[in-house]
Amino acid sequence: MSRVENVSTDVATAPAPVPAAGARSVSPLWTLGLLRSELVTTFRRWRTLALLGVLAAVPVLIGIAIKIETSDGGSVGGGPEGGGGPAFLTQITNNGLFLVFAALAATLPVFLPMAVGVIAGDAVAGEANAGTLRYLLVAPAGRTRLLLAKYAATLVFCLAATLAVAVSALLVGALLFPLGDVTTISGTSISFGDGLIRAVLIALIVAASLIGLAALGLFVSTLTNSGIAAMATTVGLVITVQILDTIPQLHGIHPYLFPHYWLSFADLLREPFYWDDVLKNLGLQGVYAAVFGSAAWARFTAKDISA
Amino acid sequence: MAPNDSAQITGETGETGGVPAGRRRAARYVVPVAVAGITAATIGLVPALASTGDPDLPKISAAELIEKIAASDTEQLSGTVKITTDLGIPSLGGLGGSAAGTFAPKGGAAGAEGGGSAAEPTGRLMELASGEHTLRVAADGPDKQRLSILDSAAEYSLIHNGDEVWAYDSASNEAYHATAPAGAAKGSEKGAKGKDQAAPKDLPATPQDFAQEALKAAGDTTSVTVDGTARIAGRDAYQLVIKPKQTGSTIGSIKVAVDSRTGTPLKFTLLPSSGGKAAIDVGFTKVDFSKPAASTFDFTPPKGAKVTEADESKAAGKDQAHKAPKDAKDLKGLGTEPNVIGEGWTTIVRLDTGGVGPAAASKDMPAQGREFMDALGDKVDGKFGSGTVFKTRLVNALMTDDGKVYVGAVTKDALVKAANAAK
Repeated sequence: MSRVENVSTDVATAPAPVPAAGARSVSPLWTLGLLRSELVTTFRRWRTLALLGVLAAVPVLIGIAIKIETSDGGSVGGGPEGGGGPAFLTQITNNGLFLVFAALAATLPVFLPMAVGVIAGDAVAGEANAGTLRYLLVAPAGRTRLLLAKYAATLVFCLAATLAVAVSALLVGALLFPLGDVTTISGTSISFGDGLIRAVLIALIVAASLIGLAALGLFVSTLTNSGIAAMATTVGLVITVQILDTIPQLHGIHPYLFPHYWLSFADLLREPFYWDDVLKNLGLQGVYAAVFGSAAWARFTAKDISA
Repeated sequence: MAPNDSAQITGETGETGGVPAGRRRAARYVVPVAVAGITAATIGLVPALASTGDPDLPKISAAELIEKIAASDTEQLSGTVKITTDLGIPSLGGLGGSAAGTFAPKGGAAGAEGGGSAAEPTGRLMELASGEHTLRVAADGPDKQRLSILDSAAEYSLIHNGDEVWAYDSASNEAYHATAPAGAAKGSEKGAKGKDQAAPKDLPATPQDFAQEALKAAGDTTSVTVDGTARIAGRDAYQLVIKPKQTGSTIGSIKVAVDSRTGTPLKFTLLPSSGGKAAIDVGFTKVDFSKPAASTFDFTPPKGAKVTEADESKAAGKDQAHKAPKDAKDLKGLGTEPNVIGEGWTTIVRLDTGGVGPAAASKDMPAQGREFMDALGDKVDGKFGSGTVFKTRLVNALMTDDGKVYVGAVTKDALVKAANAAK
């Protein structure tokens, strides 16, 4: 609870830049100004920085754990039970770049969606809870633009969160393990430069995998005036949907669940690329963004803002 | 905090519930609903629209088409293959429990558990016998082939290049190495086909293999016709339909889609006579007849990968490597020499276990065990006495109480008839 109060004081200072920008006439630039103020608000919060810090710590933990486990010359998960745990774990000792893939595979199911759920769920409901939403709406930006700016800020956070994991993993991987030619999961070998390009591509795909969830979180956020409730609901939805995705009897609906194709980013490590599932993933995220984005718009523009 | 909030919300809706405003608000929700609706319609309609465009091809007779297949000299191709198998196998577990273990290994369980290498081909190829799998195949002449099973975030590759055969399992970072028999021309050819044919012999992986198996079974017991055209993997194809003329077979029809230009089989579908969806459906979803990059067939075990040599593996994992054949032997070992009844599609194999059937044996079982056995099979009676029929979608087996076993790709009635006739 004390956290929330902390945040609310933080938020209270946020609308300050908005009236300043309001001096300009209403133009497309408005949205940019609004976006900038949203970004500043989002990324200046201790909570956001803490989330990014936690995400960046995951690869450090994985890296150190593997280093310790293999320090006696053994291999990760060696023996008959090999292949357990997150994907790519076994290759890390041979090539530090694989820590990027392993860390992304490990954070994508839980940590990344949780962080996005917190930011997206708080976007509107948090402001309403802190009583700052109506001040934001005093500026002649319009609710649609405000919502767009909030969504864009959430998407920027998705990218920032993914990059936090990837960059930290790359640094830890380079420090603790050898780098060199990369063996794709098809067994072919590509140069380290190519591997790095694929890592960047994969980080972008992972960030894009969160687009649908960001829209869903924003929609939930417009439904309630309690930031905590919106965050909890969004994170709860992520967990519920992932559980549904593992129940074989429900395989009929699996292709329509937003986390279903999340791990498809690994298909970019095949030789040649296997795009089918990646494209399905991006299409599905687009559909979720369209449906829940417009639902959030419908709710937010029709809502009575009393706080 | 929360109760206060909800009170506020109800208050809001209460006081602003003016009809025109409320209606305007409700109208906004049409947008997300419309977006969802349009998406659903697109998902539903696009395949329907795409499938109506059967290509117009000159008429061709079945014999000409088979000749085209035989004359096909496609040596270079790469593509993606989708395999869907629904053999209704779980009920086969009644044959002795161990059989279920053989037929339903998943996620490399068979490969990983036995103490051998996870990259060993035997277990991995058995995986294809159930469920849905995506494979990638590439071939360049008789010396270079590659077959990859795409798993989630992992891949299992079988690579044949010259006299080297490699298998690599990326999930466990283990490799398996064997040397293809070199020497005589015959030997090298055999080695070349070793990957594509020897291993998947009982489990063919490409449409070619499937088509050849099916055509072999043809004779005067079979009707082979050309039934229209189709578009498979973006190519115009003829549909060859193979149907048993005899009644009593569980196989309804076999469809082979043959590429109209190269004569390469592109899709193989086996429909059971009981209806429903295909029991086996193997087809290219993407195919390219140009020469695959040479690097496709290069393989050097990555640093740190555990490499198992074929010979060592045989010694170390004998138990595991021969698990499947052993189970097959179990079935055979039940009796003396198998008798073959009938011909063509309705061939029935009769085995004499010399012992007692499951129903008789189950007298010694606890009641629950007996119930379990009964649940797995159907009780049948006939002139031969009584027995239990175990059913899958393609293969049925009748175990009589006096220890005879009749197995075939035939219906229950045909099995009973055969049992009666044998009496």
